[in-house]
Amino acid sequence: MSDLLRNIVRLLLFIFVQVYILNEIPALHQYIIPVIYYLFILWLPFRISRIGLLFAGFITGMTLDYFMNSPGLHAAPCVLIAYLRPFIINILSPKETAEFNYREPSPRSMGWTPYLVYVLILTIFHHLYLVVLEWWSFGSFLHLLIKVISTTAISMILVIITELLFSRKMNYRTNTA
Amino acid sequence: MRNIFLFIRRFFTVIVFLILQAVCIWFLINYNRFHHAQGLAAANEVTGWFNSKYNNVEDFFRMKEENRRLLRLNDSLMNQLPSNFIKVDTGQTIIRDSVPFDTLGHYRHYVWRDAQVVYSTVSNEKNYIQINRGSNQGVKDNMGVFSSGGGLVGQVVNVGPNYAQVMSLLHVQNKVNVLVKKTKNSGTLFWDGTDPHFLTLTNIPKSDSLVKGDTIVTGNYSYAFPPGHFVGTIAEIVKDISTNFYVLKIKTGANFANLQQVMVVENLQLNELDQLMQDTRRKIDDAKKPNR
Repeated sequence: MSDLLRNIVRLLLFIFVQVYILNEIPALHQYIIPVIYYLFILWLPFRISRIGLLFAGFITGMTLDYFMNSPGLHAAPCVLIAYLRPFIINILSPKETAEFNYREPSPRSMGWTPYLVYVLILTIFHHLYLVVLEWWSFGSFLHLLIKVISTTAISMILVIITELLFSRKMNYRTNTA
Repeated sequence: MRNIFLFIRRFFTVIVFLILQAVCIWFLINYNRFHHAQGLAAANEVTGWFNSKYNNVEDFFRMKEENRRLLRLNDSLMNQLPSNFIKVDTGQTIIRDSVPFDTLGHYRHYVWRDAQVVYSTVSNEKNYIQINRGSNQGVKDNMGVFSSGGGLVGQVVNVGPNYAQVMSLLHVQNKVNVLVKKTKNSGTLFWDGTDPHFLTLTNIPKSDSLVKGDTIVTGNYSYAFPPGHFVGTIAEIVKDISTNFYVLKIKTGANFANLQQVMVVENLQLNELDQLMQDTRRKIDDAKKPNR
């Protein structure tokens, strides 16, 4: 499967899981909202250009927004994490080993700890921006903080579960292949 | 000028990022105004398609609860039907405390209860249905049972504390007095034990002009069923050569193969009617006895 096709299928799967499973779960608490769809952006290949990444993020967010009837609400955080993603990867992963030998970020290509840090940072950015946009005018700062933290926690759990369940087969890329 | 281009080239990503952010925020702010715009409408077409597909699946899981709700509603509406009430003659004074009595002078004659079918067969010659209402819920012997669609199902024959056994129309010994709605002639409805979709109706005189599809309703002379409720429709008309009557094949109104929700109807005047009959018998018996 080509990268493009693979990612289109993946985007649809993530959006459907988010819209039809996670959003349908009876809310446990007003602070606990399971969000996973943005993992699509984190899983995009290393080699994608930065502009392409931004547009991919925008499309992801808008697709979800059209399903949730909130144009722009999820697109903005998605564009933000798409913008920040290359910086975080540069900090966390040495260029030579990961980016040229593996196709996309994963625990296997980056190592568990750097990968989780990478996910955690972008998750926090995503949720923080999302919650701020949702509340628009800063409500109570404490509420905002609790919501970001709890949502991030549940998202991290979901990401880890996803990584464990669907370990993506990563071929070690060599020059010959 | 060159510097400007260089600047744009250098910070192209940042600029695209900022533009996209601005677009997002613009969408977000203008959502209420933008709501009916063409772009969103087209997107709604797509998301709506997926939503309807999902809804079909979701409906399947919620069907049971929905059915129960619908039946409860039907049941409450059934209780409002005018045929449940009989008008008392105000010229006479009848005092009965046990029967509900509204200010318009109506006695309640029939009460409907909803019930759920827990077990049902159609494959035997004597088919019974079990429902999840029993004597604790006020179900008694000889009450009529109708399907959620309004078709006649059968009659309660045995009652436990929480469950009741219903003799369905698909029982070779069940004979029900019904009438043809169009001509008001009554006949006897029974099952020949073969096809669970069809019953047999006899004793309708050949003088009636019947066509396929005519409605059969419950008869006027029954303690169990309120009169005029749907039983089935004529599916086939056969003229019996040896007698003066039709033999009609009736398609049942209730689908016995997938009964889920039913309604049990109680005749509140049953005790009085029974009492009357027993008194009559006793009187006749007394009259037969030799005088002392």
